[in-house]
Amino acid sequence: MLSKRLIACLDVRDGHLAKSIKFVDTRNIGDPVAKAREYYVDGLDELVFYDITASSEGRRIILDVVEAVAEQVFIPLSVGGGVASVADATDLRLAGAEKINVNSAAVRRPGLIAECAEAIGDQNVVLSMDIRRVDRSARMPSGYEIVINGGRKPMGIDALEWAKQGERLGAGELVVNSIDADGTREGYELSLTRMLSEAVRIPVIASGGAGEPDHLYDVLTDGKADAALVASMVHYGDYTVSGLKRHLHERGVKMRMSW
Amino acid sequence: MVVIVDYDAGNLKSVERACREVGLSAEISSDPKRIRSAARIIFPGVGAAGSAMRSLAASGVDRALVNAFEAGTPILGICLGLQISLEHSEENDTDTLGLLPGEVRRFRLDDPVLKVPHMGWNAVRVVRPHPVLDGIQQGDEFYFVHAYRPIPANSADVIAESVYEGPFCSALGRANYVATQFHPEKSGRAGLSLLERFVEWDGRIDA
Repeated sequence: MLSKRLIACLDVRDGHLAKSIKFVDTRNIGDPVAKAREYYVDGLDELVFYDITASSEGRRIILDVVEAVAEQVFIPLSVGGGVASVADATDLRLAGAEKINVNSAAVRRPGLIAECAEAIGDQNVVLSMDIRRVDRSARMPSGYEIVINGGRKPMGIDALEWAKQGERLGAGELVVNSIDADGTREGYELSLTRMLSEAVRIPVIASGGAGEPDHLYDVLTDGKADAALVASMVHYGDYTVSGLKRHLHERGVKMRMSW
Repeated sequence: MVVIVDYDAGNLKSVERACREVGLSAEISSDPKRIRSAARIIFPGVGAAGSAMRSLAASGVDRALVNAFEAGTPILGICLGLQISLEHSEENDTDTLGLLPGEVRRFRLDDPVLKVPHMGWNAVRVVRPHPVLDGIQQGDEFYFVHAYRPIPANSADVIAESVYEGPFCSALGRANYVATQFHPEKSGRAGLSLLERFVEWDGRIDA
């Protein structure tokens, strides 16, 4: 049966690795190519690159970084940030990305999901959703709202409805990123992740808030996520990829333990 | 030199990069003449069976592959490449190359929690020794992305199985043709080691 996946996210700004806290305070923490290789050798299951400034400050996809990483990392590679057209997706695929993440541009123009699915295959289109908690209302019945432009612009769209619509349009996977939890190291937002995972038939990747190994355990069991995405936990050297996988394996989560 | 068959079926560069990583120079080609004369062939592919077969027929690569198979050239099929080497696919109700007898059907799972496509890392159990699978170690997992599964007519052609609800054929082999449903180019050390074995393989299966 399938193993749960550990995914590391490398937020890239100007070709450097950055990590945000609540999407605002971004700090430069190193060379993304070296980090990618380090995680791959240590047993990472999948890599995500995110150009965190692309949506709001224009198109700056780091094709060179993707290409350099694809030369030496032989696991699935997913890239996003500012993807607004099939041409953007195709450029990234040629540079070596397996999967393409769409986010803000798909919220503004949902047809983008279907166009990308047609061009590069459903399974390669990942709908990445930035989500914040709001009061439940007639307009936001799930109590979660979609936010775009790197967390800066609330859209008045219900997150549960958007996830279902994304699946219908052909997204092959969902990234559920909680803005409230992002960078806090206090744990993933379990109820949000579980709600979305139960609502769709495509894999769900939990993102935002991991600070301890048991946070990953919680979201892969209680949270019903298919994969857990980490960033700060491994970027600053507090934990290693192999150490996290071993912890999950020892707690009974099915992980790939041979690499 | 290995020829990677190009037929508008997805990202061939990842296969080329993985070949380079194991020291194999590769050429991406859609020229039937190059394919017929290749020392060995990798036949990759993602996408749908219908459009893949149309593209292969339009370029004449379909016949070139059959010729190379009959001439004894070692061929490695990957993912959709494996699927269209059988006779028929339920995907787009398409007649396919027919290098081996058998068909391809969509996963139909009883467990509502299991998702289709089958996407992610899964174990591969060798059920019939094969030189190309020789390096697979206990616990090795490989990366899969597919909604359809191969069903060879002849069980002797099944060389490895994986489990998704039930067992399914995840690698097949007959004579000089070997193919994996998973992606060795995206499967880390285990996948690269499989490509290395393919490079050394003379196209024979010794019992």
